[in-house]
Order: sequence, then structure tokens, then C-alpha cells
Amino acid sequence: MIPTLLRIALTNLRRDRVVQAMAFLMPVIFFSIFAGVFGSQGRDRTARVRVAVVDEDGSAASARLVTALKEENGLSTRTVAPPVGAAPKAAAVTLDRARALALVRAGDVPVAIVIPKGFGASFGSFDSSGRTVELLSDTSDPVAPQVVSGLLQKVAMTAAPDLLAKQGIGMFEKYAGGLTPEQKRVTESWFGMLDGKAPSDSAKTGTGPSAGGPAAGGAKMGGLINARIVDVLGEKKTNPIIAFYAAGIAVMFLLFSASGAGGALLDEVESGTLERLLTSSASMSTILAGKWVYVTLLGIFQITVMFVWGMVAFRLDLLHHLPGFSVMTLFTAMAAAGFGLVLATLCKSRQQLAGLSTILILTQSALGGSMFPRFLMSESMQKMGLFTFNAWALDGYIKVFWRDAPLTALWPQLAVLTALTAVFLIVARLLARRWETM
Amino acid sequence: MPLQSRPVNVLRVTDARKAFGPTWSRAATSACARGCTKALDGASLELREGEMLGLLGPNGAGKTTLVRAIAGRVRLDGGAIELFGRALQGGEGRTGLGVVPQEIAVYPLLTARENLEVWGRLHGVAAAEIRPRVERALQWTALADRANEPVKRFSGGMKRRLNIACGILHEPRVVLLDEPTVGVDPQSRERIYEMLAELRGRGVSLLLTTHQLEEAEARCQRIVIIDHGRVAAAGTLGELVEATIGARRGVTLTLDRLPATPLVGFDPDGVDRRLTTRVSDVAQELPALLQRVAAAGCKVLDVEVRSPSLHAVFIHLTGRELRE
Repeated sequence: MIPTLLRIALTNLRRDRVVQAMAFLMPVIFFSIFAGVFGSQGRDRTARVRVAVVDEDGSAASARLVTALKEENGLSTRTVAPPVGAAPKAAAVTLDRARALALVRAGDVPVAIVIPKGFGASFGSFDSSGRTVELLSDTSDPVAPQVVSGLLQKVAMTAAPDLLAKQGIGMFEKYAGGLTPEQKRVTESWFGMLDGKAPSDSAKTGTGPSAGGPAAGGAKMGGLINARIVDVLGEKKTNPIIAFYAAGIAVMFLLFSASGAGGALLDEVESGTLERLLTSSASMSTILAGKWVYVTLLGIFQITVMFVWGMVAFRLDLLHHLPGFSVMTLFTAMAAAGFGLVLATLCKSRQQLAGLSTILILTQSALGGSMFPRFLMSESMQKMGLFTFNAWALDGYIKVFWRDAPLTALWPQLAVLTALTAVFLIVARLLARRWETM
Repeated sequence: MPLQSRPVNVLRVTDARKAFGPTWSRAATSACARGCTKALDGASLELREGEMLGLLGPNGAGKTTLVRAIAGRVRLDGGAIELFGRALQGGEGRTGLGVVPQEIAVYPLLTARENLEVWGRLHGVAAAEIRPRVERALQWTALADRANEPVKRFSGGMKRRLNIACGILHEPRVVLLDEPTVGVDPQSRERIYEMLAELRGRGVSLLLTTHQLEEAEARCQRIVIIDHGRVAAAGTLGELVEATIGARRGVTLTLDRLPATPLVGFDPDGVDRRLTTRVSDVAQELPALLQRVAAAGCKVLDVEVRSPSLHAVFIHLTGRELRE
């Protein structure tokens, strides 16, 4: 009896391509995607933290710190940018505090380092009298400020070892008495070597550190620079990270509900109501338009419920962001509805739709940042994410809720979502031709 | 002698041709290359005003393709379709046409009333007209007492009746019905034919496809038998019989034993101890047949006389081979 039942099951499995794909192909696809997102496939470097640097001090020490920051492998440093309001390709000018702050607020960089006036004079004092370097941060990326803070301490050691040594000798002379002329001549020679301007015996023999090179012990010298992380976006918000998760989850489930609602078209094909509709005064374009409007309205309602729940249960500040929320929700729902129609018109059965939509939506959600913030992914993964629906929708919501961006700042996201909507609707219409007159 | 008025054709299909398959395989409509299937191969028919025309044929004969072509859902490769004397182009010009599909094409979560309302609107019934027409349709289908229940709770017969009503709410003058009684019990079938008779009474012309030959024989004024995409025969039952198997009655005698020598004019029935023959006049010829059998020493246990049936005509025209 059991062998007969087993034979039936295996024969069904052998002849059902959808079940085969769900059982064997989908796990491999998902494994590959998540390995790429979370593990960078072992080949890709961890993303370099983008950082803006403002040198208000203009001293030799601050200049050398800026140079060292630029050479740091873990950072992608910029010291210039076009003025506020200028075209992106306008001539760049040296950053000041206001411009750097604008860059952080706009999401161009997660951290801006502001080196204050008087920094050089107190550099290397090893006490609390040093001027505080501010890290203007966008804490939607909670990792970046911490990484930059750590690297700043490391770079301080490697940037100006001669200045640190001078400070040390000065302290020694202050508390232990002056050096002899011979000792001073030797230490001056050593400072020259640390400065990287004069060769020395130790340099020749390779026993001393070289300027700008990796400093082996630097990581242990925490606290050399007084640094303070300033949260320029989230500090006034009651529960800022909720907006991120609300948007991420809402967009992912919007895609699921859109594909499910779009799948009603397949039900209509199966039940014969689509055939009947096509013998009525409704054309295929009208039918698709009707479905699209319905799925769009459903999506708007779904996202609204999600954010209202976020407001009630998690103190999400929805009321102060209503215009941006409304615009983003409308455009996101329109694009998601188009996506659902494409899937429905592409598939031949509900079963096929379920398999394909699961693969596509979870893939898009993983790459697009619904499950895991994109800024924590590798650079290549972040770029791949731009090909997903989720990334553009999420970026828009984050601009609204996190950066308090004006409506005009949403134009790139709205333009992409509009283009996606148009493409989805055209593709769905073309695919639906198979149900029209034969 | 009074002049007989000529019947008015409300629908005319002339030399309809349609092939399915890859485009390359049906480049020439007259020939069908490998991989191509000719669904219609010059089919023609006429539907007269106020009649119920039965469209019969084996599976795959081209019935559904022909109905879908008339409904505008299949684009013909060749031939013409005229509705009320006007040639139909593409999917346009069919406002006077109603289509009742074989599938129960209604929304199961909507009530009967809601289904009638939405299908009425989709077929262009004005909003002000919907309510009275829906009420009439509910009475017509005997669904008034279940009007506000979701259709998914209905029996097969109720769904079939609603399915028909949804297709005629816009009061078409010609209605195509694709197997409207399939899968329903005799009571529901009877009710459905009563509904169709009421429609005919209002002057509506009906084209009905069915595999129920007895029903077609009893209910349809004329019959078209289609096979291999062509019309094999068309006319009233009498005309079909005359043109195919002839009007002679079939007579089957069941005997106590077969005669020792075969009797001239009789054929073995294939069943033990039975003989068949055909007669033109039962009253005149039957007594002589019985006497011949008795003279051969056989006792007649039973006599069966059969009128020429549509079933016999159908088998005569389309053969006995399976068509799947």
C-alpha cells in the first residue's frame, strides 16, 4: 500500500514543475540572496563609511588629521561639495559646518567630522583640555558614528606621531626636568623621522613606524581625541527607528497583497467571468484599469492602517508628516498595484503566481532594505538594491519621517515610482493580450 | 392562395473559417500545415427570428469556436457574420447580443441581486433601469426568495438559472447559450427550458449548443449538426431525418429462438434472439412481418417500434468513433 502511495506522490512531484521549483530551486535562490546580503559572499569588502570632514581649525595638525582620514581605508572622505542649492555638478567648495550638516540631513553622508578651532593647539595633550571634535550623525545608521569615532582615534595616532612625541617630551620636561643638548639633538632627529621628512637609522633598518602607514598599537590609544556624537536627525524624535521598520514592513506586505489582489484576475480567468466580462462593454484595458485602481486603493488603506497602528502603539509621528506620507503612499501603492498586475498577467495559475511572487517579493525586500537596512550592506549590494522597488519606496519614506525632507526633495523617488508604474502597466497590458480575442 | 412570409434571419454565419496553432502553420487559411488545427472549415448557419436553434456536434467539432466567434471572442480567418443584417467587425456591434457561457461565470461572494446588478451595468443597462430589470430577472429565475444570499451557497440549478439571467439583463434580441443545462437535475432543466420558452415568447432568438440530443429534439425548432468545422446538416428534425436515415420506423422483434434459415429483410440485432428491420407503414407492414416469423416456427416475445430519432441522425452523420 505504502509503495503505491509513494509512487503516486513521486509521479506527481516529477510532473509538477512549480512544486519542484518551490522545493529545490527557491531555497537555493534565497540562500544565495541572503548570503549576498548578510555575508557579502566573502568577496566583497564591508562598505566604507562615507564621511564629510570640516576643518575649522586650519592648523598643521588638523590638516594632517584630514589627510590621514582621507587615506584611511575604512572611510570614504569628502572635504568639498557644491554649495547649498547649487546643481550637483556645480564647482565644489570647501565644506563648512552648515554645508556638512546639510549633507547629513540630506542623507548624502551618515557622519560629518567637524574639527573645531583650537584643535591643533591642544592636540596630543592626553588630558581633557583638548577641543572636542563633533561627529554630526544620522543615527538611522547606528553603526557609522561608532565606526567613525573609533577610526578617528586610530587616525589621530598615525597622522601626527611627531606632534604627539613633542607633546610627550614637553610634558616630561615640565614634570621631570629639561633634556640635555645631546638628548635634544637626538629627539629632534627622531621627530623628523616621525614627521616623515628625514631619514633615520631606525627607519632605514625598518624598525620604526612610517607616516601615514598603519599604526600597530593605535587601536589601544582610545580617547586621544575628544569626540562627541551629535544626532542631528533623530534626537528630537520620540521613537525614530519605528518609521524605518513601519516603512520596510509595509512596503514588503504591500507587494504581497498587491500580487494577491492581482491574482484575482487569474480567478476570473478560471471561473469564466473574465471571458464574460470581455463579451460585455468592458475592454481588456478597462478591466485592467479597474483592477489597478482597486489594488491601489487597497494598498493605500493597508499602508495607512500600518502607520496609524505605528502612531497609536509606537508613538510614530504620523500627524506631522501627513503630506509626505500621503504622497509617498499614493505613489508606492500605484507602483505596487502595477507590479501585482504584471505578476498576475505573467502567470498561468494561482499556484504559479504564489511561487513566483514569493521569490520576487522576498528577493526585492531583502535587496531593497525591507528586512535589513541597505546602509549596512556592502557597496555592491547597495547598488543592486537600487534595481528594486522597495529601495526607492523606502528611501522616500525615510526622507519623510527621518529627514523631515520637504515634498520637493521626494522627486527622485516619485519619478522612479511613476516610471515603474508606467512600465508595469504597459507590460501587464501586453501580457494580457493572451486573454483577448484569439 | 395566401402568401407565406419568409422567415427573418437575425443572425447569419457564412463560410466561417478559423485555424489555431503557430502563425507559420496557418499562413494560408485554405491549408493547415503541421501543428495547426482547423476549428472551423467553412461553417455556415442562419438563426431565424424567434426560433430556438440547436447547434449539435461531437466534442471538438467547432461548436464553441463558432459561438465564440459570434460573440466576438474569436477572430475569424475567413467568412462573415451578420447580426440583424449588419456585418460584424471585430468585437463591435454586438449590443443586441446576449451570451450565456458554459461556465457559471458569476461572482460567488456576491448575492444573486448584486450579480444581476453588476452584470447589467457591465452590459450597458442604465442605472435607473437596473432595479426593475433585476426584480424581473429574480422572478423569472425563481430566485426572488434567495436574492440576498451569496451565490456560493446556491445549488447547481440555481447558479445555472442566474448564469442565464446575467446574460440577458440588457434584453438582447439574440442569445447564445453554451450548454445551459449541463450538470443540473431534471427539475432545474425543466425550469431552464421554461425560461427559454418565455424568452422565445418575447421574440428573442436563441442559439443553443448542447449534447442533450433528446432535449434538442424536443425543444428546438431547427437543428444544425456540425462536425470537423463544417455543417453536416441543418433543418427541422423531419428534414434531417429525411435527408439522412429516412423516415422509416425501426422494428425490433425479440424471439424465443432465431429461425433456422435467415429471414429475408431482417437483420440480426447483435443481441441474442433479436431481429431488426425497417418499415414505412407500421399498420400495414407489421402484421405481415409477424406472420413470416411465425411461419418460420418462431414465437414473438416482444415488438419494439422506433421513430427515427435525432440520436440516429447524429450517429449517422458523425459516426461512432470517439473524438477525444
